[in-house]
Order: sequence, then C-alpha cells, then structure tokens
Amino acid sequence: MQQSVELAGIGKGFGAFDVLKNIDLSVRPGEFLSLVGMSGCGKSTLLRIIAGLERPDRGSVAIGGSDVTELDPSARNLAMVFQSYALYPHMSVRQNIATPLRMRRLSLAGRLPLVGALAASAEVLHDIDKSVEQAAETLQISHLLDRKPAQLSGGQRQRVALARALVRSPAAFLMDEPLSNLDAKLRAHMRNELAALHCRLGATFIYVTHDQIEAMTMSDRIALMNEGQIEQLGTPSQLYEHPATLTVARFIGTPSINLVPVEVLSNGSVSLFGHVLGLAAGGHDAGPATLGVRAEHISIGSEGLPLRVLRTETHGADRFVHAHLLADETLRVTLRLTAGEPLAADTADVIQVSFPPERAHLFGRDGVRLAALPTDRVAA
Amino acid sequence: MTLAMDLGPVSASAAAKGRSKIERRMMWRALLFVAPAVLLLAAIYIIPVLVLAGFSLTDYQLGALSTRFIAFENFVQAFNDPVFLRSLTNTVIYAVIVIPLGVFLALGLALLVYNRKRSRAFWEAAYFLPVTATLVAMATVWQFLLHPSIGPVNAAIKWLGFEPVAFLSNPTLLIPTMAMIGVWQILGFNTVLFLAGLTAIPKDLYEAARLDGARHPFDRFFTVTWPMLGPTTLFVVVTTSISAFKVFETVAVLTKGRFGSETLLFDLYLEGFEYSNTGYAAALTLIFLVIILVLSIGQTLHLDRKVHY
Repeated sequence: MQQSVELAGIGKGFGAFDVLKNIDLSVRPGEFLSLVGMSGCGKSTLLRIIAGLERPDRGSVAIGGSDVTELDPSARNLAMVFQSYALYPHMSVRQNIATPLRMRRLSLAGRLPLVGALAASAEVLHDIDKSVEQAAETLQISHLLDRKPAQLSGGQRQRVALARALVRSPAAFLMDEPLSNLDAKLRAHMRNELAALHCRLGATFIYVTHDQIEAMTMSDRIALMNEGQIEQLGTPSQLYEHPATLTVARFIGTPSINLVPVEVLSNGSVSLFGHVLGLAAGGHDAGPATLGVRAEHISIGSEGLPLRVLRTETHGADRFVHAHLLADETLRVTLRLTAGEPLAADTADVIQVSFPPERAHLFGRDGVRLAALPTDRVAA
Repeated sequence: MTLAMDLGPVSASAAAKGRSKIERRMMWRALLFVAPAVLLLAAIYIIPVLVLAGFSLTDYQLGALSTRFIAFENFVQAFNDPVFLRSLTNTVIYAVIVIPLGVFLALGLALLVYNRKRSRAFWEAAYFLPVTATLVAMATVWQFLLHPSIGPVNAAIKWLGFEPVAFLSNPTLLIPTMAMIGVWQILGFNTVLFLAGLTAIPKDLYEAARLDGARHPFDRFFTVTWPMLGPTTLFVVVTTSISAFKVFETVAVLTKGRFGSETLLFDLYLEGFEYSNTGYAAALTLIFLVIILVLSIGQTLHLDRKVHY
C-alpha cells in the first residue's frame, strides 16, 4: 500500500523529439506527489512510463525498491485513474470494481465469461464481493452498484474509477488528470475528497495535472515539469515562495505573478525604468533581468511606483486591482487587497505602490533565479 | 359583473378555436414534410408488397387472360412441394455454414490485420477484393478451380495422394462447397466492419484492463474487445444472415439447380421467371420475406438487450 517509486535517468523520445530528458525522481512511500506542467511538458508520458504503458528509451523504474522497468503493467501492482475514467461500459458498477480482483484472484478458467462461474471457487467470489462493497462504501456509491456507467453522472463515474483503483491495495495510485472532466464546483469538492482519501489510505499517490491549484491544494510535493525536465521539485509553499525559475514563478499562483523587466547595474543594484530598487543582485553580471512580485505583496501608499488603474475585480474575500505601469502601458500589474482595505482609486486614477524587497524574485536572462538581497525598503 | 362572467367562456373558446386553427395548420405542414418519404416508401416498398400479397392468393400466370382467386392454396402447395422443401433445407444448411464462419473468421482476420502496422492496408484490400468482384464472374473462376480434372484444387488433392473430389456434382458436397464460396465472398466485407469496430474501441480501456491485471490476451479480449464489438457483431450477424438467405448467383452459375441444389431464391426465380407461375412465385416470395423478417427482428431483439449499454 505504501511503496516508494524511484525513477532514474528516464529518457523518452517520439521520433526525433525528446519528450523526457533524463528524469530523476523519487517518490516517498505514502507521499502525494503532483506532476504539473503545461500540456506537452511530458508529465503524462512520465506517468505512463511509471504505469508500464510506455517503455522508456533510457533509465529505470523501481517500485518499493525492486526494478520493474521490464515488467508488464499487469505485474506492477499499480492502480491508475484515467482522465476519461476508462470504465468498462458493458459492465455494472459492481463488475467494474470487481475486475482488478477477478483478474488477480481467479484462474484463467474462472475469468472466462459464462463458464467462469463454474470454475471459480465460491469462497473467492464471496471475498471479492465483500471487497467491492467495502470500496463502494468508502466512496459512497453503494446505491449505484447495479447501474451501468452510462447511467451515472460525471462525478459518480469518477468515484467508480476511484473505487476500482482502491479495491485492491496497490503499491501506488497513479492519476492522470482525473478531475479535468468535472465542472468547477464538483472539482473543488473532489479535491477535498481526494486529499481526505489520501490521508485515510496513507498510500502513495502520483497525480498528473495541468491545474496548479489542484497541485497546490492536495500535494505533499510538486514536481513542476517543463520541456521534458523537472524544473523544480518541492513543497507547494517552496514553489510559491521560492520559484527556482521564471517558468515556475509564472505557472504557480493565481493571479499570475507580476513580472517587469529590470536592469541589473554593474554595482549589483537593480533599476526599474531608471529607479533604483532596494535590491542587490549578488554575484551577477550586469544586464537585463526580470523582477517578479506576487499580487498580495504590493501595497498602495503615498509614494512608490506610479500605476494607472484599469479596473477592480471583487472576489468576495479578496479584491484585485488591475493596473499598468505609467512608464509602459503594456506592463500589467495586479494587486490584491483584502476585504477590509479601502481602495481610494477609481478606473484611470494613478496610484503609487511599493513592495517589501525581500518578497521580490529576481530572474536572470536565462530564467534562473538570482540571489537578491534587500538593501533597504524599496521606493521606486 | 355579469358581462365579465359572460365574456369569460366566450373568449376562452375563441382562444381554443384560434389555437386549434394553428394546430391544424402545423399538422398540414408536418404532413407536407413527411409526404415525400411516405410516398417514396409506399411506391417502392409498401404497394409492391401489397400487390405481391394479392398475387399470392391467385393462380395468375404471367400473360394469362383469366385468373382465379384461390385463397391460400399456393401456400398449401408450397409446403407439399418437394422442390420448395428441398430448397428451404438447402438454404438453411447454407446459412448454418455461412453465418458462423462468415462472422467468426472475419473477426479473427480483423484481429490479425488490426495489429499489422505497415501491411494493414494491403491485407484490408486483399480480403475486400472478393466483395468488389461480381459473384457471377467469380463463380465461373471457382468452377474452374474446383473442376474435377483440370482444376488446381483437385490437382493439389491428387498431388497429396487423395482421390479427386467432385465438389460441384456430388449432391452432398454441393451446398457446403457453395457455402464456402459464400464465406469467401462475404469475409472481406465483415472483416472491414469488424476493423471499423476495433478502431472505435477507446485505447484507454485496454490500458485500464492491463493495469487491472489483464495479463493474458484472452482476458483483454473478453474484458474489452468482445463486449465492445457487440454492436458491430449484431450488425454483421444480421447482414450475413440476410445475404446467406439470399444466395442465388452461385447456384445459377455453378449448378443451375441440378443435383437437387436449389435454394429459396433460385426456386423462386424458376417459378416466377422460367415457368411464369406468378401467383405461386409471389407466395414463395412472401414466405421468403417472412423468414428474413423473423430472423432480423428476432436477432435484433434478442441481441440488442445484451449488446447496447
């Protein structure tokens, strides 16, 4: 139930295109690890390699310490939940959930249709039935056991797919964007349920998603993938607070991080449109760089960087102010105000903003994070 | 007060009148829209069947000046007619060979061809060729192939050291031989149908089955392939049955009904067009129609419940 998954030097190409480039990743037993990234970053391929549905060109996969690179998916003792759920449409919910147990516990003769019932031992069949009912109870679908998948709603199908995965005790659960076919409200609900399920089972979960909110809310650790490589591996707060690259900074967080071009001067100080910020870039050659600040770290004051307000957006607890730099209309900035904070600015007004320099992220031309220390409180 | 009460029902009935007028106009429009389909169906199917049913109750002969109403005498005669009964038996034997072989061989071929990557197109075309060829022409080729003295099939049998087989004159072998030709002819069509069915099976069902522990190909076949091919199989079985019961060309070309090898359609053709017994032929046609109808309705009802999810 709780097994580690180790990937070493995984490489995979389709034709001349390298989908995965030398991936090393170790998933701890009982961990909820998300693989996130844009579509085409290789996250699904990586999951399929773990499942055994794709063969890696290079590298090895180990589950619970033993090498399974050459093993068929059926022999890996993994359970997978597909984006489409992949339920067998001709079987009832009960039969769907029972399939993994029938495949493992019954002989080939016992698995045959029609004649199988004669060859299978009654005790094993009874056992399977009990396990199926338990799994159905865990996911609150006991009342649906005799329906066909076509008679179920999307959320119910999702639960059946989960029940089919957890009816046996697999070494790990693999999930390939399982929530992406659900509507927004149900998705938020299922996020909580999945997290709770993970807590209860204590099993290893490897979860693929392109939705950073899913990854942030459920995971113990996130592996953010980009162009076939793991860009950063860490806890959700590590990724949010210390993005290792510009890609990570852009991908994680809603609303997106505010990015503005800056100039690192030869003495290490950082200049934004001629204003020297209270930041010192350590050990970096002078040249253009990118400054990132999250919406909640910007505050409106009587002095600072001048912005022109475009519009404000109310989200209940939060309000977002969308504005652009007075110096450059194309550079958009989003600020977050908490509900109590009064906003003394209307559309087209000019406001002045500042941010604590220790909250700023500085990225070099290659997109890699630069060490930057605050010299003083910033005033633009 | 009274005025208002009086007005109530009047205006209500006026509204009802207005509504029914609109309803009637809508109904006329609806009829106008279905008219072309109904008229075509009537002209092409329904009226001819009614005329046929009418003929089947008379002793009409093509070109005869007078004709008599003889009620069900034609049907009574048919079930006492040794030629008709023989043709019925022959057709059933033919169908019993052609339907299972034509369906299951095609399924097997489709499974084999489906997994070929580069050669798939070639095999598809190869097995489909007999479908595109005219059976009349092909029957002539088969006549040569199966010829007892000059045919290559018998040459091969002799080379293996066996006695030559009279495929097309030995009465017990005639129907099975023609059934084999029937299977050969229909195989490609059914294979292509099964291939289409296989292509439509979602890949992730196979992947789910593998992760569920389906290690044996049989498991994958019985968990995914066979149930998912249900609708295709139903269609293939029904079309194969109908074409099996319609066997005609092979008999007409290979034996012309000699050695007791008549089939339903061939007997019908003889009565209707060779002997000009229009009334009797009409009765046989009705019997044929009933058989086809019962078969296809029965199969559809029986299998439909199991096949669709």
